[in-house]
Amino acid sequence: MNTLIYTSILGFLCMVLEIFNVRKLIVPLLVLGLALIFGLNLNDWNSNQSFFNNMVRIDNFSVAFSGLAIFVTLLIFILATDYYAEDHNHISDYMAILTFILVGALMMFNFANLTMLFLGIETLSIALYIMAGSKRFDIRSNEAGFKYFLMGSFASGFLLFGIALIFGATGSFDLAKIADYTIQNQQNISPLFYTGMFLVVFAMLFKVSAAPFHFWAPDVYHGSPALVTAYMSTLVKIAAFAAFYKLLSGTFFYTFEKVAPVLNAVAILTLAVGNLMALSQTNFKRLLAYSGISHAGYLMLIILTAKNQTAGALFYYSLAYALSTLAAFAVAIPVFKAAKSEDIDAFNGLAKKNPMHAAALSMAMIGLAGIPPFAGFLGKYYIFTEALQSDYFYTTLVAIFASMIGVYYYFKVILAMYSQPANEVKMEQSFNYNLVLWVCLALSIVFGIFPGPILNIF
Amino acid sequence: MLSLTLLSIPLIAAILLLFSRGNLSRNLALVFTLVQLVFTVYAYTVFKNEGSQAFEFLANWSVKPVLNIHFAMDGMSLVMIMLTNLLLPLIVLSGYNREIERPHIFYSLMLFMQFALNGVFISFDGFIYYIFWELALIPIYFISFNWGGENRAKVTLKFFIYTLAGSLLMLFAFLFLYNGSPAHSLDWASLSSNPSCSCNQSWLFWMFFIAFAIKIPIIPFHTWQPDTYATAPTQGTMLLSGIMLKMGTYSLLRWLLPIVPAGVAEWQYVAITLSVIGIVYASVIAIMQKDLKRLLAYSSIAHVGLISAGIFALNLSGFQGSVVQMFAHGVNVVGLFFCADIIMNRTNHGEIEGLGGIRLLAPKFATWFMIIILGSVALPLTNGFVGEFMLLFGVYQYNTWLAVFAGLTIILGAVYMLRMYQKMVLGTALKENMVFPDLHWNEQIVLVTIGILIFVMGIFPGPILELTEPVLKNLIK
Repeated sequence: MNTLIYTSILGFLCMVLEIFNVRKLIVPLLVLGLALIFGLNLNDWNSNQSFFNNMVRIDNFSVAFSGLAIFVTLLIFILATDYYAEDHNHISDYMAILTFILVGALMMFNFANLTMLFLGIETLSIALYIMAGSKRFDIRSNEAGFKYFLMGSFASGFLLFGIALIFGATGSFDLAKIADYTIQNQQNISPLFYTGMFLVVFAMLFKVSAAPFHFWAPDVYHGSPALVTAYMSTLVKIAAFAAFYKLLSGTFFYTFEKVAPVLNAVAILTLAVGNLMALSQTNFKRLLAYSGISHAGYLMLIILTAKNQTAGALFYYSLAYALSTLAAFAVAIPVFKAAKSEDIDAFNGLAKKNPMHAAALSMAMIGLAGIPPFAGFLGKYYIFTEALQSDYFYTTLVAIFASMIGVYYYFKVILAMYSQPANEVKMEQSFNYNLVLWVCLALSIVFGIFPGPILNIF
Repeated sequence: MLSLTLLSIPLIAAILLLFSRGNLSRNLALVFTLVQLVFTVYAYTVFKNEGSQAFEFLANWSVKPVLNIHFAMDGMSLVMIMLTNLLLPLIVLSGYNREIERPHIFYSLMLFMQFALNGVFISFDGFIYYIFWELALIPIYFISFNWGGENRAKVTLKFFIYTLAGSLLMLFAFLFLYNGSPAHSLDWASLSSNPSCSCNQSWLFWMFFIAFAIKIPIIPFHTWQPDTYATAPTQGTMLLSGIMLKMGTYSLLRWLLPIVPAGVAEWQYVAITLSVIGIVYASVIAIMQKDLKRLLAYSSIAHVGLISAGIFALNLSGFQGSVVQMFAHGVNVVGLFFCADIIMNRTNHGEIEGLGGIRLLAPKFATWFMIIILGSVALPLTNGFVGEFMLLFGVYQYNTWLAVFAGLTIILGAVYMLRMYQKMVLGTALKENMVFPDLHWNEQIVLVTIGILIFVMGIFPGPILELTEPVLKNLIK
């Protein structure tokens, strides 16, 4: 609970600091504040308390994911110092809104009530709509913001309607009470409830950008400022999946059999669409968008097995994915800036000019492709074992084929760096980017070699 | 603990090398590979005197999912370890009079490769085995890609995706076995003592077989191989053909046969037929080749085809022949590619036609090249003969006609090898003013070592047979 309150205070503080004209201090203060909150959050481990008439529940699941979210945000903020170096006038707005995205994500980890879930998703989404469109004079950014807003509103409408129908059937917003209802009325669960459940599931599928609800993702990832894309593809995805998992494992587990075939089909479709569409991309951000969709497909396998309490796998995979993606962006953002282009061509010949960065980006790509010794490999391994254990034989086989395809497009980036002639672009060296880059890669290898503590965190 | 030392020497070396520069890198690489060789000899004496106990290493990596690290040693692993660690110093030494860009990274990757190869051969748990199998792919990809010839981006990507696709199928099979096994264990001993139901083995066989067949390569999974061999830098080709191919044939014996016995029995005829077709097909293509490196690549397909045919004959002489021939082929093919590199390096000429007269200019080179070729065409008293004889005998016991076709390898091998030698080395020089300095000191060491090995192993194959016999007899059951 402290985590949520203090993070919100941090967001407000950001805007207040604007008045005192201390813009330079904003990012360092935020980083410091988040580091403190990270510590406070760990304090809640094993505490299991609920607040506000069981609106919010803190358990190990929420503490672990909050920790991950705060950590990711911390890294993003370190990147932000340099990213917004030339846009100093708006930095307090940007940082405040980014902090509120985190607030929304935190709510999505510790909700115990459907209204809290809705509030969390909306806090996160509205802040994100603004950030997606925050490059005001860039037509693509405007498009991204608007598109995301329109599509997101629809999804929110679905979610709200679903929640209302569930309330109509069960008379409660409380997750535990809804679960009780499904157990007690085993024979005659109202059709209202099923309709509501499906609507909520569809809304969540939209938020995690699973096919066929994925159409917004490439355009929004492409148009948004690179830093926001990095934030979207890590934190927002993790938050959406954690909330989705929590709903299915804690509330809808009894009626899970009804949605399972749909989710299974969605998982297969997501894996296919994400990987096949990624093959032909020439823009790096679109590539990462489709790679994000394909990773959503792997994570859907965990959602399918949510009944078996596979939160450990979800956490490990999210962590591995976030680390590799952030490392990729920590190289990509300065390259984009220097090349004034976000195509894969911008990386041409990077190996000759900056061999260290080229090696680092290669490692990030190999990590995303799920090749040992990086954490991405064990994450996939764990997911596939769980899926096979729950008898999703063919879905796992599709996922295996998807991983094969994945190698091709991740290696396209590596090929560009090593085999193309160098372009004129001079990349600026910056301490902050390098810090994030090497921290992410080091952690990715460390967790890949010593997975124990993370895999068995719950 | 000995297993861990075997792994840590090349790994530490690989990391250290990153911080060296220039000539120091290759000297360091040579020193470390020699240290590893000496240590391997020590490991051999320990294994002879005390048995495999000293190599056992079992540790839990993760509780859920159950992941164990299990390193062990038996005769067959030891033979492969000896092959790897014997060839590595030779491969490093063969680059001594060549200029290589960024040598510290090149040699670091090479030692990392050695680490992964050692790991593959001593892993007795499916999971850790898979990890090393994949790890071996990354350094060789970057070696072929960064230091390769023309068209390298396309060729190496094809190689990488081809082999990775195979390994992912294997991963799926391992995951399936993991779920099926009662203790959720991928330990070699438990997998081989409780095979999964024969209804599943039928398709599990193909999952493993395709993964290994791509690596070996068995026709029709061979299309990556000639291009990659021709494109990769010579030292990379040596690693690929000398050691990495053996990962596939070794894995057939170590994993496929014990884990899915019913599947092997069911599909034996397909596997052995594919292998024999591969022998004839690759030999015929080798005869038609104009390019020296490609000729060697196809001859390599023919040789490993015979090895896998011998394995799938499922009898003792086939198994023993395959292990002997894995070792022999590893040594010979490294020598052959090195000779090809020497010729191409001095004349800038990779075609078989249009050269000649090398013997007049470089008699030492011509002699050692001849010896290696004789080993490769399986002349009696050379190492190739022992292996091929046993392999053919093994295939003969399975089916006479298959043995007849497989036996063509010796005749056809002699045709393309000797003809190539005649055209390139003998006769008078077709090129005017050809300059061909005789062997440099490092080249001489490498070729003489290989030449001596060819005869020693051909006359005394006993130690290898002795080492592997208990393991292979166990496999027959």
